[in-house]
Amino acid sequence: MTTFWILAPIMVLAALGILFVRKAVHAALLLAVVMISLAVLYLTLQAPFLFAVQIIVYTGAILMLFLFVLMLVGVDASDSVVETIKGQRAMAIVGGLLLGSVLVIGLTQMSLGPVVGLDKANANGNIPALADIMFSQYVFAFEVTSALLITAAVGAMVLAHRERLDPKPTQADLAAQRMQDYAASGKHPGNLPTPGVFARHNAVDTPALLPDGTASESSVSRVLAARGTVRSAPAMADDIAGIERQLGQAPHAGRDASAPATTEEEAPAT
Amino acid sequence: MTPYVVLSAILFTIGSVGVLTRRNAIVVFMCVELMLNASNLALVAFSKQNGNLDGQIAAFFVMVVAAAEVVVGLAIIMTIFRTRRSASVDDASLLKY
Repeated sequence: MTTFWILAPIMVLAALGILFVRKAVHAALLLAVVMISLAVLYLTLQAPFLFAVQIIVYTGAILMLFLFVLMLVGVDASDSVVETIKGQRAMAIVGGLLLGSVLVIGLTQMSLGPVVGLDKANANGNIPALADIMFSQYVFAFEVTSALLITAAVGAMVLAHRERLDPKPTQADLAAQRMQDYAASGKHPGNLPTPGVFARHNAVDTPALLPDGTASESSVSRVLAARGTVRSAPAMADDIAGIERQLGQAPHAGRDASAPATTEEEAPAT
Repeated sequence: MTPYVVLSAILFTIGSVGVLTRRNAIVVFMCVELMLNASNLALVAFSKQNGNLDGQIAAFFVMVVAAAEVVVGLAIIMTIFRTRRSASVDDASLLKY
């Protein structure tokens, strides 16, 4: 029971965290905590096969699928706090508290009797015992499960597949389109500027500086801007004076003393 | 076994509140998974309580169904995201009017 009393608070806290964290990736990580703790609880409940399956199927496959879709859909797809139905959130919390208290009070009032334990059932090992039941008593359910899995796989393929309606644009088409854009709106037909032209920071999250000193928005990936992890380029240049002082040189004469002194990262673009 | 079942009830409640309050479709889906996991815990606990393995078999089948459900559900979320550029459950309200 020690394992249980250590893991149960962790699981409840992590599950509560899923309700309150803003970012979906954090929710996925908290769900991983709950699932791995659950796998350890299965071990204490004499279910070593389910322990392995829980880690392989849930934490390994399902949670990876979640993270994969999360990355495809965009990490910036955060929750809105606007209620579409008035008072729905309060109602949900009240209903949840009611359901939880009814369940908990009911279950604690109930007496389950002595624990039989699985020592006898698991005498020849847990997996042979499970196989005995699954391939005799539950063999029909097992076969139906295979039909369910193949239906799900085909369904996911049909849903995710996209038919191309028009032919794929060739390189010549793209070049012609670029020149048309240049003629129409003056959009530069060449490459976008590369990020991070500084000697100290050539990371992809540092925007390039235009000749007038402003950061070029088109030099950083749109995804980074949406996530709010773009560094402020002028802030990188600010500590030049400090470095020069450390080197024992006179401060740069041409440098403007009242340069923008923002050291914090830029606010999210959204 | 009562503490295990109580823990499973608490996790189930948290999952159901999450389904009702969260707006991001993927997080709603995670809360559904949490509810399925909570029911699995109760099944395995009762399996030990009663000394037969039927509960573990049922938990195993729940896992299979959950895997199939996640595959189809995430494909639907992807399709909705492709047409509406949003993963919020509130934006898919075309049938309301």
